Amino acid sequence: MKTANKTVTAERLVRDALEKAKYFADYNIFTFLNEEEAIKKAREIDAKIARGEKVGRLAGVPYALKDNFLSPEGQTTAASHILEGFVSPITATAVEKLEAEGAIMIGRTNMDAFAHGSSTENSYFGPTHNACDKERVAGGSSGGSAVAVALDIVEFATGTDTGGSIRQPASFNGVYGLKPTYGTISRYGVVAMASSTDCIGFFTKTPDDMNLLMEIASGQDEKDLTTLPDYYGKTKAKKATKIGIIKDFDNDSVHPEIRKALQNKIELLKSKGYEIVDLEMPALKYALAAYYIIVPAEVASNLSRYDGVRYGFRSEKSENLDALYKNTRGEGFMPENKRRIMIGNFVLSSGFYDAYFLKAAKARTLIVQEYAKAFEKCDFILSPVTPNPAFKLGEKTSDPVTMYLEDAMTVPLNLAGVPGLTIPAGKTDDGVALGLQLIGPRRSDKNLIEFSKELA
Amino acid sequence: MKYIPTIGIECHVQLATKTKLFSEVDNDARGKEPNSCVSPVDYALPGMLPRLNGEAIKFAILAGRAMNCEINAYSRFDRKHYFYPDSPKGYQITQFYHPIIGEGYVELPSGTKIRIEHAHLEGDAGKLTHFDTYSLVDLNRVDTPLIEIVSMPDIHSAKDAHDYCKELWRLMTFAGVSYGDLYNGNMRFDVNVSLAPEGATELGTRAEVKNLNSFRSVERAVEYEIARQSKILDAGEKVVQETRGWNDNTGKTTGQRSKEEAKDYRYMPEPDLPPINLTAEFIETESAKLPLMPTDYRKKFGGVLKAEILEVLLDYAELMKKLAEIDEKYVVAIANLFTSVLLAEEKSAEYLNDLPTAKQLNDLAEMNEKKELSSTATKEVFLRLFDPQMKGRDTKVIAKELGLIQENDLGALEAIVDTVLAKPETQKAQADFKAGEEKVIGFLVGQVMKESHGKANPSAVQEILRKKLA
Repeated sequence: MKTANKTVTAERLVRDALEKAKYFADYNIFTFLNEEEAIKKAREIDAKIARGEKVGRLAGVPYALKDNFLSPEGQTTAASHILEGFVSPITATAVEKLEAEGAIMIGRTNMDAFAHGSSTENSYFGPTHNACDKERVAGGSSGGSAVAVALDIVEFATGTDTGGSIRQPASFNGVYGLKPTYGTISRYGVVAMASSTDCIGFFTKTPDDMNLLMEIASGQDEKDLTTLPDYYGKTKAKKATKIGIIKDFDNDSVHPEIRKALQNKIELLKSKGYEIVDLEMPALKYALAAYYIIVPAEVASNLSRYDGVRYGFRSEKSENLDALYKNTRGEGFMPENKRRIMIGNFVLSSGFYDAYFLKAAKARTLIVQEYAKAFEKCDFILSPVTPNPAFKLGEKTSDPVTMYLEDAMTVPLNLAGVPGLTIPAGKTDDGVALGLQLIGPRRSDKNLIEFSKELA
Repeated sequence: MKYIPTIGIECHVQLATKTKLFSEVDNDARGKEPNSCVSPVDYALPGMLPRLNGEAIKFAILAGRAMNCEINAYSRFDRKHYFYPDSPKGYQITQFYHPIIGEGYVELPSGTKIRIEHAHLEGDAGKLTHFDTYSLVDLNRVDTPLIEIVSMPDIHSAKDAHDYCKELWRLMTFAGVSYGDLYNGNMRFDVNVSLAPEGATELGTRAEVKNLNSFRSVERAVEYEIARQSKILDAGEKVVQETRGWNDNTGKTTGQRSKEEAKDYRYMPEPDLPPINLTAEFIETESAKLPLMPTDYRKKFGGVLKAEILEVLLDYAELMKKLAEIDEKYVVAIANLFTSVLLAEEKSAEYLNDLPTAKQLNDLAEMNEKKELSSTATKEVFLRLFDPQMKGRDTKVIAKELGLIQENDLGALEAIVDTVLAKPETQKAQADFKAGEEKVIGFLVGQVMKESHGKANPSAVQEILRKKLA
């Protein structure tokens, strides 16, 4: 990570990043550019450096913030209409930690509204374009953040991953993207999608940058009772010997160029003396169905607070309380938001809870056990991130189920709470970026990042 | 036809914790501006997560033990969804599937036991005030910790319903978990009433009267429902399962919402709060902090105090606690002072918060017993002990300062009597007494009392006078 010093000032780094952000304006990466505040903060850091004072590990490093992180700079909208005008009095724990080390937010990045989606096409601000091919989707939901790093606007960006929202856009744009073990980074101050699967993570260009960010951002937070006791920095190095391949994720349903990329990496590992282990993980086939029950249920619940009463958008034409709710939510949410609210409320309805939610919860337990069993046989798993590379803009918007199917390889990790790291894996013949994901047992994040260097 | 009423009661108790159930803001909004005790968590800003107040868990354990309930080692929170401006999150955090308090019972003064089904922890809702064209929302009460106590359908009369609610109130105030201020909604009752013909094995269709806030209104609402439902059944019609509201002015319940319109709360496990796992040691340690309960006091003082006096005192946890510290031989005297003097005072409620020490009261009772204080003087000194300036001071010194100590020294009394008898104005009375006019003794005693500035013990004076005039 290039930090500020006496010759390359923080102001220089920040101005460069802002200039690049403007240069790539047609990619629709940012929902807000933090010009004034960012330059002010950069000057403060430069003044510190000039005085010879100690500065943080990210001194003057510009970064991009996914628009679902609360901070008082700009509006926190989660790329939705219903949060339009909301300026947060609160700063997310993760943001606080980054800024305490001197990182400077230069802008908020575009996303699928409330992180519902896999293409950033569900944004109130329109879609973000793929870094390699403007005709294609950026992936999502953290599409803006992935593209901001891929186009070298910033050295890192924050993301959230509920079912693949970091790993999939990282793969689509050819950068590193980590979904840590559930509970590693505090969710406090991050607009909730699904509480039990939401993970905070990052996009970077290198494994070392990822490690540094994890050192900084991880840790137990009394404001988030689901955070794990500090473990990241205390992780004991462990040399991997066996790498698992999930057989069901290496068949005809997977795009040939992705299979080829996977095969290349397998060969590389073999050449380095690693043992390749074939894994049967039959419970994973329930993951997508379970995910699209549990997550919409939590989504419907977490979105209940957006009612137009206290903050954000409120529909003008409301004669009574019922109309206020219906109109505000009707106008304020995107179609995908509404779809998930409806699914979620349906599966939680009296009489359906046992048939859907409870069954999905049981499937989730099976999936957790499936990973535990797999990690008795291998140290890490190497897998595709998606069955297909980045698709064309508009190609799948009319068919939500096809879109959901693209999540089949990412969502099992969220249900199990295990970490997953997307690593770049070359490009298709058409020049579309490819990625693969490395999966590890819970709390193996640090070793997982270290191991990824073997595949670089 | 004769019907047997069956009544189940759900009681909401606001816990008097320092901070709210899921945030660190002040839980005591009494006398504070609307919306001044609201954290970003209570206000449900995006990205806010509930924290859990450990004190509320401890209070729940005490409340549970006060009702002889099991405390569940494992409990968990759930979300109960509904849209209304009193619920900023759009759901209430409650314990639907795994409550912290399990089965138990409450014993009424009559000895009847009412079983408790369970009790659970949850956050309270905010308050709306409606005006002609608008409503105002006050979120101060949002996520004040509540426990909801659910009884089994063991109550069969309006009187028992009243007594059960009152006993719950006593248990919660004695356990120290609630202020128990009914006027300000610290305890609220939902009452289910159904009637079944005598001898029937199944319960009848029930109606639920919601949001009652006094024991009296519970009793009246149950009486009203029994009469209303009896009339319906006598006419051969069916009782509608519904929620009804109570009007204290008209003394009637009215239908609000029928079962068909009942809400679907779409319960779901609260994913932001890990389950509560309590060790046996923790439950034991916290349970041990439970002070004496009304039943304990009934056992302790049942043989000493009259039942009427005991039941009056049991409405005041502070007085019972104090009484337990009093010397056994003075309990009756002090209990009488509490009921006849203290509780008759206009400012008694204020006094309850800062009672005299046990030593002050024991000394007072002793002085009265030794006739150093007349009964009138005892009352006067007793009230004086509540003066903040008298706090912790010696009762004897206070009595002396007030000049109320009776002169019991016979030698000294004789001297005073002699002085009085030597006075010319008493000569006639002395002669009359000796001539057999008994009632003039009162005049003579009065003269002695006057001479002693009221400090003489009148019965001792009379004795001396009689001896001298014999």
